Amino acid sequence: MDLQRPILLQGHERSLTQIIYNKDGDLIFSVSKDHRINVWYSHNGERLGTYEGHKGTVWTVSVDKKSEFLVSGSADNALKLWSVKTGACLYTWEFPTAIKRVQWSNDDSKILAVTEERMGYKGALRIIEINKEQPTQQAAEPKHFFEPAGSKVTVAAFTAIPNEIVTAHESGKIAKFNYEEKKQIGENEEAHQDSIMDLQLSPDQSYFITSSKDKISRLFDTKTLDVIKTFSTDSPLNSASIAPGSHYIILGGGQEAMNVTTSGRSGNFECRFWHKVFAEEVGRVKGHFGPINTIAVHPQGKAFASGGEDGYVRVHWFDDSYFRTKVYGELEPVLD
Amino acid sequence: MENPADTTDYTDIYAKHSIEPINPLDSIVVLDGMPIISPEKQSKLFKALTKAISAKAGIDVSDDQFYMPLNQGKSDGYIFLTLKSSNEANTLINKLDDSPFDSKHTFKINKFSQIDAYLNASDEYTEPTIPPHNPKDHLKSWLNDPRGRDQFLTHLADDVQLNYNNRNNPPETTHSKHNWTNSYVSFSPQGTYIGTLHRQGVILYGGPNLSQVSRFAHPNVKLIDFSPKENYFITWSNEPIVLPPPGSSTLCPFSPEDQGNSLAVWDIKTGELLRTFPTTPGKMPWPHLKWSGDEKFIGRLVPGQQISIYSIPDMNLVDKKSLKIPGVVDFDWCPWGDKDAQNAHSGKGVRENMLAYWTPEVENQPARVTLMAFPSRQILRSKNLFNVSSAKLNWHNQGDFLCVQVNRHTKTKKSMFCNLEIFRLREKDYPVEVVELKDIVTFFAWEPRGERFTIITQSDTSNSQQMAPGVLVKSCVSFYQLDKTKGDFKLLKTLDNKSVNTIHWNPRGRYLVLSTIGSQSKFDLELWDVDYGMDEKKEDIAQIAQVEFYGVTDIEWDPSGRFLAASASFWRHQAENGYAIWDLKGQEVVKTSIEKFKQFLWRPRPKTLLPKDEQKKIRKNLRDYSRTFEDEDAAEESNVSAELLTQRKMLVNKWNEWRKLCREQLTQIAAENATGEDDTTVEEWVDEIIEESEQVLP
Repeated sequence: MDLQRPILLQGHERSLTQIIYNKDGDLIFSVSKDHRINVWYSHNGERLGTYEGHKGTVWTVSVDKKSEFLVSGSADNALKLWSVKTGACLYTWEFPTAIKRVQWSNDDSKILAVTEERMGYKGALRIIEINKEQPTQQAAEPKHFFEPAGSKVTVAAFTAIPNEIVTAHESGKIAKFNYEEKKQIGENEEAHQDSIMDLQLSPDQSYFITSSKDKISRLFDTKTLDVIKTFSTDSPLNSASIAPGSHYIILGGGQEAMNVTTSGRSGNFECRFWHKVFAEEVGRVKGHFGPINTIAVHPQGKAFASGGEDGYVRVHWFDDSYFRTKVYGELEPVLD
Repeated sequence: MENPADTTDYTDIYAKHSIEPINPLDSIVVLDGMPIISPEKQSKLFKALTKAISAKAGIDVSDDQFYMPLNQGKSDGYIFLTLKSSNEANTLINKLDDSPFDSKHTFKINKFSQIDAYLNASDEYTEPTIPPHNPKDHLKSWLNDPRGRDQFLTHLADDVQLNYNNRNNPPETTHSKHNWTNSYVSFSPQGTYIGTLHRQGVILYGGPNLSQVSRFAHPNVKLIDFSPKENYFITWSNEPIVLPPPGSSTLCPFSPEDQGNSLAVWDIKTGELLRTFPTTPGKMPWPHLKWSGDEKFIGRLVPGQQISIYSIPDMNLVDKKSLKIPGVVDFDWCPWGDKDAQNAHSGKGVRENMLAYWTPEVENQPARVTLMAFPSRQILRSKNLFNVSSAKLNWHNQGDFLCVQVNRHTKTKKSMFCNLEIFRLREKDYPVEVVELKDIVTFFAWEPRGERFTIITQSDTSNSQQMAPGVLVKSCVSFYQLDKTKGDFKLLKTLDNKSVNTIHWNPRGRYLVLSTIGSQSKFDLELWDVDYGMDEKKEDIAQIAQVEFYGVTDIEWDPSGRFLAASASFWRHQAENGYAIWDLKGQEVVKTSIEKFKQFLWRPRPKTLLPKDEQKKIRKNLRDYSRTFEDEDAAEESNVSAELLTQRKMLVNKWNEWRKLCREQLTQIAAENATGEDDTTVEEWVDEIIEESEQVLP
């Protein structure tokens, strides 16, 4: 990969758990095990501010389309709503267990929260309506609450269909739920062989990418949950992202820290670029010296950012040659 | 009440435990072929017979056990002998039947009971039924590949795969077997058989479908070793042989005298057990039994005492005596070279088998290396050595040279150094040359079919500070070549300050690979050309390529010497197992990382059948030949790229179609959800540049 020098975001003291771009792509939000939420200018890596208040690992973060409101979920069992601009915490929900994944709905009217299975509590999904008019006045109870049977949910996302969310599970299964009816409406038990670590939807939400500890990443049709493509690698994958405006997907992972010390060289801590249609690896970007935990791509596909176990966020802006180079000549699919 | 036991049918149990009634005639034998004598000489004859039977069969008989029927005052040439038991009769027949009694007479011995059977035999001839002939698979079928490709075997997790190595493309898997072996897989030396190890024993596979050729029952077999011409093989189990309980239905090739032994020698073609041996106590070197190059003998070392050599396939101790060599530490046979095979084929005299052994210093006797011809047991050459700590025998694979690597200590025993004693075996009187070195030799390798060798040396660190684990000891690599005019070996080149520890010569010579195995940090494979300056008629040794394979544990050249394979085996470490293949120039053909990859083996090839002059012709017209191959390669390449292109086109079309469908569905959903009011807000953004300035920072 021919890339400009990456921007190194040094503002976390412990490993990264999730990074996201806002819709405009000018901001990057990053959360970490150091209890902190950072926001950065994506173009130069300057830190804009922090959101202080969590007392545990912040597992997840999501921002609405207008970059007004931020939600975050943490191991301190708190779900917080923040003002992006002021950094003030507007509201806090308390749940019995840690929040592993949050996401704004497409119309920015509600959020979903995935909570951990622990201490007698089953892993649960909650849908919370957000009052944007009076952000400090929120309903304490979620609008919808349900506990999917079987293997616990690790990550989830809203789809383009109203009332529908897609979930990924620890067993390697993926499923779809109608949260209004609290009903499973589809599943693929054989999606992966091991825990699914991340799930990111395509820009039009018609397909999504998963990454799993089984070293495989896959594209699934959101409607049918059928496998569209399979990308087999040689190390456990923590995150996968679809790069808009190109034919690539980006995978990140690496040997787990406990297994790394025994082997003499880096445990594949590279961002791997794969052609999503031909399912062939086309390049790698080195840099992290620990497993990559999270990858996010600029909404217009102009850059990507990776967050690692090493506590760094690396932001890469693609240069012209990235867009010009035709690895497979003229034979390329139609871009979305 | 009726006792149920009375009605139970016991016949099956009776049948199982029935004892053959003892035939009293079984202990009587008939000695035939005896001299025809008058009764006066009877006692003299009986005396001679008693003597012969006692000497040869170890059975003591007295005169009253003999009965010689007379016919018209003369004997009829046969004598009855009543023995004490049927067993004794068996022993007598085994030992004496068909053996000479005196210069004119030969023992012909039969049991009286058998004679009875012969008398009762039907006079009518019945045609024996011949079982229908089952054609066997063509065991060398893999050599029929029209493109002459070599095969290799990969063993990953519980699967074994056999693949063809393609020159320019990824390999082609021809066979895949699940749960084929309980431990490892082994090829026979010429590639005909694949041996797999199981709890019950060994199975050999072969032929186009890799079907079972033969099975050999040796419980808990751990190691196998094929003979050079792959007619026989040896199995070893750490558990001594135990016979199954009597009456058990398990098939067992072993007999009572095999009990407690742990090595078994088998005939592959018949599937029969030839003999079993015990292992000598203490550390067990492998191979434990050593095959002579022509496969006619097998040698077994009893350290410190003797070498016992058995002939094959009868497995008798040759000349009924071992080679008594007090103190003997190690021995090995001279390999069978192409030259020997050629001589044998053309009917010329074949060099007698040779073996070398060494004995350490004892009291006033120096250490000694001895070269002996066998079976004549003639000592061809021996060399006395002094201040010897240990020695290692390195035979040249064509049987042309023998290098004895002698580790010597200084008088004070404080430091070690090495001498190489090199025997030239194709010359008269077997001259010996010495190469004296100041360092210790950690690796020695002859160039196969060549007159060169390469060594890795290190200065002696055994007495200085212990090296920290993982730290690489610096070593030197030296190349030597036979100088034919002087008859000694001269140093060609020394590479200093290397950290390699193994050498792998190309099976065709000229090229070699230097590598570091078992290191935590170095995984380089250096390809060297020892005839680099050949085109300019210069002697030059140069590195031509360097490749890397993380965690490399094994390195092997393919039989043609055109490809090099390295693998990282799960058996050695669990970090990134897999294998890679490069061509001679270090160009990567394939490199894969496979979880739980265990074994990589090239399938050996038998020796070429092409006579020398034909080979020469090919070498002379190499350009013409290589042109056809180049054309083939080009055709293949364009074929593959065409295939790939169609494949990609298909993928692209499929993707585009699916995306179109997705878009249609999305528009439909959007239409369904449009509830009348349009929730998209139109916002107008005005960008205004207030000021733009450019500054150049110093």
